[in-house]
Amino acid sequence: MARAFILLLLPAWCFAQDTLTVGSKRFTESYILGEIVARVAADAGEARAVHKPGLGNTGIVFAALRSGAIDIYPEYTGTIAFEVLNDPKAVDIRAINRELAKSGLGVAVPLGFNNSYALAMLDTRAGALGIRSISDLSRHAGLALGLSHEFLNRNDGWPGLKHAYRLPFAPRGVDHGLAYEALAAAQIDVMDIYSTDAKIAKYGLRVLEDDLRFFPRYEAVLLYRLDVPQRFPATWAALAKLENRIEASRMIGLNAEAELAGKSFDAVAAGFVSELGGAAAVAPGDGPRTFFGILFGGDFWRLTAEHLLLVFASLAASMLAGIPLGVWAARSPPASAWILSSVGLLQTIPSLALLAFLIPLLGTIGTAPALVALFLYALLPIVRNTASGLADIPLALQEAARALGLPPLARLRLIELPLAARSVLAGIKTSAVINVGTATIAAFIGAGGYGERIAAGLARNDNEMLLAGAIPAAAMALLVQGLFDLLDRRLISEGLRA
Amino acid sequence: MITLENVSKRYGAQVALAPTTLGFPARRTTVLIGPSGCGKSTLLRMIVGLARPDSGRVLIDGEELTAVNADRARHGIGYVIQDGGLFPHLTAERNVALLARCLGRPQQWIGQRVTELARLTRIPDAALARYPKDLSGGQRQRIGVMRALMLDPPVLLLDEPLGALDPVTRFELQEELKRMFAALRKTVVLVTHDMNEAAYLGDHIVLLREGRVVQAGTLDDLVRRPVESYVRDFIRAQRSTLPEVAS
Repeated sequence: MARAFILLLLPAWCFAQDTLTVGSKRFTESYILGEIVARVAADAGEARAVHKPGLGNTGIVFAALRSGAIDIYPEYTGTIAFEVLNDPKAVDIRAINRELAKSGLGVAVPLGFNNSYALAMLDTRAGALGIRSISDLSRHAGLALGLSHEFLNRNDGWPGLKHAYRLPFAPRGVDHGLAYEALAAAQIDVMDIYSTDAKIAKYGLRVLEDDLRFFPRYEAVLLYRLDVPQRFPATWAALAKLENRIEASRMIGLNAEAELAGKSFDAVAAGFVSELGGAAAVAPGDGPRTFFGILFGGDFWRLTAEHLLLVFASLAASMLAGIPLGVWAARSPPASAWILSSVGLLQTIPSLALLAFLIPLLGTIGTAPALVALFLYALLPIVRNTASGLADIPLALQEAARALGLPPLARLRLIELPLAARSVLAGIKTSAVINVGTATIAAFIGAGGYGERIAAGLARNDNEMLLAGAIPAAAMALLVQGLFDLLDRRLISEGLRA
Repeated sequence: MITLENVSKRYGAQVALAPTTLGFPARRTTVLIGPSGCGKSTLLRMIVGLARPDSGRVLIDGEELTAVNADRARHGIGYVIQDGGLFPHLTAERNVALLARCLGRPQQWIGQRVTELARLTRIPDAALARYPKDLSGGQRQRIGVMRALMLDPPVLLLDEPLGALDPVTRFELQEELKRMFAALRKTVVLVTHDMNEAAYLGDHIVLLREGRVVQAGTLDDLVRRPVESYVRDFIRAQRSTLPEVAS
């Protein structure tokens, strides 16, 4: 299994030199800009351009850039100053480049719009309360704030804003894609938005004035590895032509095409690029969208194969490591204490945190860190069930095996593991089913699988797309469960059945 | 010949066995008897290396039993426990042949030996294909004896082998064991708390109490020349048809 896995990865390594890898973050605008960059790069005809979309948050995508797993991605100056450099003064491109050069990185090609953070309310509600600016909020301590997790934790987000305006609220974390519905349903009163958000008009939002000028400017730029212009000079020249080609109103329009008209990111980007090239603005139409059309879309089998690889390659590794660890834990009480607490501890690390940690460690994004994370998560049920299955073998039988004079390994193979097989298999089954669910987050670091649809659905508030990823994942979990029930009937001796 | 030299065992503060020296004559049946907790099972478990003596040593044909040679020594010892101690995931036949297969004995030899032992223990062919849960208590015990005898070991140890059986089956199996012991002429050590069983099966009887050997000898020795009143009490307590005990 491990050898097959390495073979699968080999092509990606071999061709790394000839490929420009473009990244993007997990929200509509970033997906579209990433797709545009990839298309313009491909059209230059110099390099193969690959887009790895939806790579989690700033931490993950920046780690991917530094490690060389991606070469370039669309970013915002304010985000770089606050999140990457931790230097609120480094807001102009020259200052930023001075700092980034130390890491072999740079920014260039300002695209022509500023996508600032802002706070917004339903226009009707804000009108009724007489709120126009962020300062006005502090007079209404009872308001419910629902803010995206990234905004809540960014230096240029809630902590700084709360301090600057002396705001009295304790906001709730709400996924950005879901916050609009929560606002419309009056479950929250205030949310964070991007100023190029497509839904400002659709939901009738009032953007609150930043009267204390807290938010810095977020000029859209390309953040890239400094070797890109040398490796791909023609491509770089083509990308430079994107400078100042996207105004704020144009970006809002592109966002709306994806989020409100339901066009794919591909189609939106293709439309923009062909317009840029002077060709007639004929975006490839997606045709009428049906749920089954999305569910069994062209990517269905690719996503299924990727998801299966993630689940079963990591499961195989967890079995290879977990069963011996379980045996060791059952044999030695001192080892048992630290083995079980270590694999238990792994389980408590949040998945995105673990992925963000693994990317710099492995120096790559995609399948490898996802497999390592899934492998670590799948250990606990297998180790614990192996250890307890062995410990539960009646003492009389353990002694009968010893008294027979079977060598220790034969005893383990012929007597103890078969007697503990039910418990071991149940542990493997638990891990497999949990893996199917956990593997959906692997899409956030570009490892593919059904999570790709869930991430895209969340990013543009598209419930059908989200379900088209969640339903096959649930179906796969049920199938895996069924498969293991079948294996149980096959592998467990009839003599152990009641 | 099995010899225990000054072996002792304690579990925490509890003395399971005071220093004891004891020999088990070859090709004879020795019965260890005594009340619960007298140390008789501990003695038996020491011979097969399941209990390690705190002091003293166990000699089998003059060679000391150690952790290193235990597995090899066990191949020369058959060990039978209450209810057979069969592995529930294996059929009766697989239980019997397990060790022989593991040691790489030829298939034909194994088949022949299983047939031979089934005849000896009066196990029908159909029962050999069953799992332990589908066998009667008596059959499980016979299969346990088959498994212990598979490699034709010179020594056979039985720890309360008939303890879990109903009286009729128990009565039958006592007869069968006596017949087998006579036919096989192995060095047998059997643990029981039933004086009738000891009298019926044993050439030698060792009576233990609170981790000490009270008396070792033939039935005749114990009945006619008891070394202390406890021997008399123990034999009398069996409410049996045994001869009158001399005072």
